Amino acid sequence: MRFTDEFRDASMVKTVLEEIRRTVTRPWVLMEICGGQTHAIMRYGLDQLLPPEVELVHGPGCPVCVTPLELIDKALAIAARPDVIFTSFGDMLRVPGSQADLFSIRARGGQVRVVYSPLDAVRIAQENPDHQVVFFAIGFETTAPANAASVIQAKALGLKNYSILASHVCVPPAMHAILGSPANRIQGFLAAGHVCSVMGTWEYPPIAAQYQVPIVVTGFEPLDLLNGILMTLRQLEAGKAGVENAYPRVVTERGNVAAQKMILQVFEPCDRQWRGIGLIPMSGLGLRAEMEEFDAEKRFSVSGIQTRESELCIAGQVLQGLKKPHHCPAFGRQCTPETPLGAPMVSSEGACSAYFRYHREEA
Amino acid sequence: MTSENVTMQGPVCPLPISHYDHIMLGHGSGGKMTHDLVKRLFASAFNNEALAAGDDSASLPLPAAAQLEGRLSFTTDSHIVSPLFFPGGDIGRLAVCGTVNDLCMLGAEPLYLTAGFILEEGLSIEILQRVVRAMQAAAIEAGVQIVAGDTKVVEKGKADGLFINTAGLGWIPAGRHISGSLARPGDVVLISGSLGDHGMAVLTARGELGLETGIQSDVAPLNSLIAAVLKAAPNTHVLRDPTRGGLGTTLNEIAAQSKISIWLDETAIPVSPAVRSACEMLGFDPLYVANEGKVIVILPAAEAQAGLAAMKQHPLGQSAAKIGEIKEGSAGRVQLRTAFGSTRILDMLAGEMLPRIC
Repeated sequence: MRFTDEFRDASMVKTVLEEIRRTVTRPWVLMEICGGQTHAIMRYGLDQLLPPEVELVHGPGCPVCVTPLELIDKALAIAARPDVIFTSFGDMLRVPGSQADLFSIRARGGQVRVVYSPLDAVRIAQENPDHQVVFFAIGFETTAPANAASVIQAKALGLKNYSILASHVCVPPAMHAILGSPANRIQGFLAAGHVCSVMGTWEYPPIAAQYQVPIVVTGFEPLDLLNGILMTLRQLEAGKAGVENAYPRVVTERGNVAAQKMILQVFEPCDRQWRGIGLIPMSGLGLRAEMEEFDAEKRFSVSGIQTRESELCIAGQVLQGLKKPHHCPAFGRQCTPETPLGAPMVSSEGACSAYFRYHREEA
Repeated sequence: MTSENVTMQGPVCPLPISHYDHIMLGHGSGGKMTHDLVKRLFASAFNNEALAAGDDSASLPLPAAAQLEGRLSFTTDSHIVSPLFFPGGDIGRLAVCGTVNDLCMLGAEPLYLTAGFILEEGLSIEILQRVVRAMQAAAIEAGVQIVAGDTKVVEKGKADGLFINTAGLGWIPAGRHISGSLARPGDVVLISGSLGDHGMAVLTARGELGLETGIQSDVAPLNSLIAAVLKAAPNTHVLRDPTRGGLGTTLNEIAAQSKISIWLDETAIPVSPAVRSACEMLGFDPLYVANEGKVIVILPAAEAQAGLAAMKQHPLGQSAAKIGEIKEGSAGRVQLRTAFGSTRILDMLAGEMLPRIC
């Protein structure tokens, strides 16, 4: 497969690993931001191949994991309404709310449909004028442009039966929160390549300068990841703290300007709760006032929601890089992908699911 | 409906319409409509003595070679698939091959099948005809007879067009012992060809993904391939087809049943470029995608070469490969060696496979 196999080449991987071994002289703690990166690291066993001095800590970049419980409960309440067709990416269906998940709402007769793009949800709204169609718009800056596009399209079509339940989050405020925490251990970041493909790299130099951490934009294939790690380690060993791009085939400094414009046309920055982490100021994207008619939270007054998190689950500490999944007493016991207590065990980008799927032995 | 069907001569009821383009509830009544459907569609396609006898059950001769030795293998499988027709196959071919293959996985020679149909009111007769013809073609290919059947009709909206249950009876020759519990340390794991074709063919045929691929389902009866393998490697321990849940889930079942661990070489596992690309895009792992014409063969190392060569000579096994071996320890685990020398667990699939967000 072209453009993929080249970045999985075993002999090149060996060469970069040797270069990493030559570069490292003392222990370093790096965080990969994105859950997709965590899964690739685990899937290819890259953590086993790195020298013991390099510790990888898994970041909060799993959109499913950080979606607040209250919003999931709201989604469940809306999806259970007989007049609603609730559409969502597949990943969200198994995420546990306080009482249920979207799968069980569907089993009880709720109309819950998996879509592959929010534009499919708009089409469903066109085809079902008698129903309210709601799309669960979650994710980082990566999914925000397509979700924004769905609102722009629904507005252009004059649809009165389409709305989104939005819970977008942004990476840079989360990095501030992690680096500003007194418990922080992170000395260097592998920034999330897909987020940067939309947003570019221009948001990062102030963060690197303020906290004196190297930030290297990194992709998702084994060679991308190892190259990102090598570039971060080189900076750390040389006492530098700059922003570099190890994913130039996808990411530019300015990013996808058209997509950024689309985001700003529909959304504006807002305070946002992150599940397991708490409120991070101005870390989310909410619908702008002039797009209010497409806001499912306003359209359906869902009240009286009382959230209840599992007492055992340590997802918050895992998402902040303070603990590893197998430090959780419930890991692999009460909490498995079939019976998840927290979102990181469900999502294809969750750290707990990555550990469970690929490396349970060491747990 | 033509004028001959409705002859209104005096105060009499119009004659019932005997010719329909679509399945009606009456086709499941057990009355004349049912009989007509069975006679016209099923009996003519699955033409054989046992069925033609028209009794309540089929009376069947034992295979001559059996001489009352060996054992019987007996299985059943219900088939639901959307869409009913997909590149490389359809629900009818699937219903025959699925049951034939289940019989083969114990080393049985498949002999007889039954077919139970649940039809949704309104199903086009033409579609049913195509499905029945595909079943007959697959039965001929596999050398089995469909000797008994049943038809029920449910109201529109209570089924997805057409469901088929097939049961199968096979004969296991004396002295043949093949089971998922018989994998032994030192054995070699073979696969008869590339993985994930059926699942991705059906998924893309649904048209929901906006993805066009040339992927064809691999649905095929495996009995002649397996006969060739067993001739070359008579001491084969395990045969199993990695259907739902794919290779990963099936190997986990075998590891648990045999209480051994299975070690795979990721680079040796055959996956076609089209399936790899489609899976890559959707965030699926081809090792969990369904197959309908592949078999996992676990056999002693001494017979591995002969078994593999026999597969490669068969039209259904041209891209067969050795993909791993059986070890003691970590009973029930399947481990995968990556191209880089690291290892990871290959676990069972948990629940539905869900496309990723980004």
